Amino acid sequence: MKEKLVVIGNGMAGMRTVEELLEIAPEKYDITVFGAEPYGNYNRILLSPVLAGEKTIDEIMLNDLQWYEDNKITLYKGVTVTGIDRSACKVIADDGTEVKYDRLLMATGSEPFIIPVPGSDLPGVISFRDIHDVDLMIDAAKTKQHAVVIGGGLLGLEAANGLMKQGMSVTVVHLMDWLMERQMDRVSGDMLRKSLEAKGMNFMLKASTKEIVGKGKVQGVRFEDGSELAADIVVMAVGIRPNIKLAKQVGLHCERGIVVNDTLQTFDPKIYSVGECVQHRGLTYGLVAPLFEMAKVCANHLAGYGIGIYKGSVTSTKLKVTGIDLFSAGDFTGDTTTEDIVVHDSHQGIYKKIVIKDNKILGAVLYGDTIDGAWYFQLMREQTNISDIRSHLMFGKAHLGDSGHGGNVVADMSDDTEICGCNGVCKGDIVKAITSKGLFTLEEVRAHTKASSSCGSCTGLVEQIMESTLGGDYATPESKPMCGCTDHTHDYVRQAIRDQKLVKISDVFTALKWKTDDGCAACRTSLNYYLISTWPKEARDDSQSRFINERAHANIQKDGTYSVIPRMWGGMTTPVELRAIADVAEKFNLDTVHVTGGQRIGLYGVKKEELPLVWKDLNEKGLVSGHAYGKALRTVKTCVGREWCRFGTQDSTAIGIKLEKLTWGSWMPHKFKMAASGCPRNCAEATIKDFGVVCVDSGYELHIGGNGGVKVRATDLLTRVDTEEEVLEYAAAFVQLYREEARYLERTAPWIERVGFSYVKESLVDDAEKRKSLAERFKYSQEVTRSQDDPWEQRATGGVDAHEFVPLKVIG
Amino acid sequence: MSNWIEVGKIEDIPPLGARVVKNGNVDIAVFRNNKNEVFAVNDECPHRKGQLSQGIVHDKSVTCPLHNWKIDLTTGEAMGPDEGCTGHYQVKVEQGVIFLEL
Repeated sequence: MKEKLVVIGNGMAGMRTVEELLEIAPEKYDITVFGAEPYGNYNRILLSPVLAGEKTIDEIMLNDLQWYEDNKITLYKGVTVTGIDRSACKVIADDGTEVKYDRLLMATGSEPFIIPVPGSDLPGVISFRDIHDVDLMIDAAKTKQHAVVIGGGLLGLEAANGLMKQGMSVTVVHLMDWLMERQMDRVSGDMLRKSLEAKGMNFMLKASTKEIVGKGKVQGVRFEDGSELAADIVVMAVGIRPNIKLAKQVGLHCERGIVVNDTLQTFDPKIYSVGECVQHRGLTYGLVAPLFEMAKVCANHLAGYGIGIYKGSVTSTKLKVTGIDLFSAGDFTGDTTTEDIVVHDSHQGIYKKIVIKDNKILGAVLYGDTIDGAWYFQLMREQTNISDIRSHLMFGKAHLGDSGHGGNVVADMSDDTEICGCNGVCKGDIVKAITSKGLFTLEEVRAHTKASSSCGSCTGLVEQIMESTLGGDYATPESKPMCGCTDHTHDYVRQAIRDQKLVKISDVFTALKWKTDDGCAACRTSLNYYLISTWPKEARDDSQSRFINERAHANIQKDGTYSVIPRMWGGMTTPVELRAIADVAEKFNLDTVHVTGGQRIGLYGVKKEELPLVWKDLNEKGLVSGHAYGKALRTVKTCVGREWCRFGTQDSTAIGIKLEKLTWGSWMPHKFKMAASGCPRNCAEATIKDFGVVCVDSGYELHIGGNGGVKVRATDLLTRVDTEEEVLEYAAAFVQLYREEARYLERTAPWIERVGFSYVKESLVDDAEKRKSLAERFKYSQEVTRSQDDPWEQRATGGVDAHEFVPLKVIG
Repeated sequence: MSNWIEVGKIEDIPPLGARVVKNGNVDIAVFRNNKNEVFAVNDECPHRKGQLSQGIVHDKSVTCPLHNWKIDLTTGEAMGPDEGCTGHYQVKVEQGVIFLEL
């Protein structure tokens, strides 16, 4: 028999937990939900746009009644739970319903705080919390003129904006010196006030409410200084309090909220709690992103998996008032131990302030131009050392060598602007999917729209669209799990592989409690790489956990045929090799022969069954795999250098060949390209490669982290060395550092931006011992994996993976 | 009328792998999962005709190598938010020998 789970509270936190739970343990519980409001689950964050007339109630529903039915959840809507009998394990509701539970989830949310002044119970005093409140305000706006909103915080300003849009004249009354003082400093708070005044909103700052006056209904507000303001309605938006009435009544330990541990369990082990009602490590939260993080962890424990802990959340804020851009996160005030970087353009209405301590971002306030908010927030949460990018920081991510999509402002884009160029997804498609399907995470948007699911270069744009559609508090997880099969991050999994000496994929699944039996295409390929790169001798390559190109040692094309690109060391070839390629092309009717960007020749249209035959012919003339299909060294591009060129300073072709002979065949997190130019004219384009050598008269400049693809990024100059031996040692060490520390499918450019160029430089240049041991480990890995035994030859004549290339059976 | 055709032995297909049976002009992808269950579907993703036999197999599904669509091997249906279906075949395994109903 299934266990019984009862959920008190039909809001976003409770239902998100249920959704997460259904995903990982759909058969574990009979679920019953009590909700005091007479609706399904709706997106409370979007009440402000509803009040402003920009959305309808239907548009903000997350789970309609059909959803409860489809998932066999018993929903008691409009029913309030009035008691819990903890010894008999049952809840009691106001309509007399009693339901027994094995596990109870309290997600009672919060309630608006009403300041206890005389008159606060008069008709016409409204809070701003649920659909009912919004209905009251919209009704009032139809017949009444003057609204006073008490509270100049996020909620108060959104309420005031909505009422103004509904045609009322609105005055916001605020106790403090400037608006949103918990999210803004004085400068940005004043800029916000001016923008809102220009829209027609009125303000009374430093105003302390003494009494709400009126006979039988609200007529005005009286202040401590004796002045009065006429009002037909008064909206109280001074804050929220965790709703802990029921929890307290039944003796659960509460302080400001229901106290929970890192697994979201209350002091009663059968009772869990998530959302705005909880107090975790001394903090309570009122934004959606933390609720979702809690939901994920709580669902995992309810499912009985017992992994994952909630460590608290770092939050950011964005105001949902159309035409006002502000962003705030972390500690934006600072103290004597912190430094500020400030840009203030009062003419354009732009203000940016970043607070820094020990080269890490502590907090930020942005006003007028918030496009980089998500980026600063990410740098802040990941505690990235910003010393390398400090001089560019204020100008945003677009100025970090990102000439791809950077600099576009999604808010200004029309709905038919193409966002994802790979899959042809427009802005309107994404917005529609987010609102109509109730999406909250990047993964959900990827699954439903395919945007950002191919090359990933538009991920930032998609995140911005999510932010502008959902508000700033959309769920960016603290750290992204590897895939849906686990809650662990790439870095965590890799560390576990190292620490626990895991050498098989199945060992990883067991040790880290994978949620699926076989993993998926994303995690299996990553794990296979982490295992063979961490334990080159002990781990065995699992070909079924490789993408087809690496399994077949050729690139699959869209018609199901393959391409074959032999290696040409350092871009050099011979008449014999060219003749062999020409012969193969004729013999197998390969009409398309293409010179690649990396100085190789590609043959296209090879049938899979014929691959071993093509390889055999090429092998006989000395040609081997060019790994154009692999996460591995692709090519080393060179110029002819000193041997021929009148400007050449060193033998760049020779160094290119040596680099290629050193590193080919090694599996890496992603593809890896090199180049060697004979002089600073740099004809081999070494400064957009993963590792580039530019010869100069006195020696060799070594460059790293370039990219000519999705996002053009010029290399960073690592160092200058005198001899070829040093070039080779640095190359081996750099490749090995990348192999050991970058995440699977992370190119060198984003990896270096993530860990910081200084870190890489310290590891390779300043620490000669580390460099030498990295280079040693690289050579060891090359030797023990026999990675330079040509994979084509093994398959053409060595009998490896024969089943891969012949049909199981031919019928008819 | 059912017509069961022998196509090979289960150990001819690697666990979590696939092989192709050529039936006239039609390619059929035959899969084996980690529990030694065998499935057969048309070797053509409903999206852009990618060869499903070249994908990565997990549980009772395969991820297409071209654009990562996930296909349910028991029905040939696309999973998750994607929509589409490729034909599937009845399979039986007797004493390690695989038969397809064609």
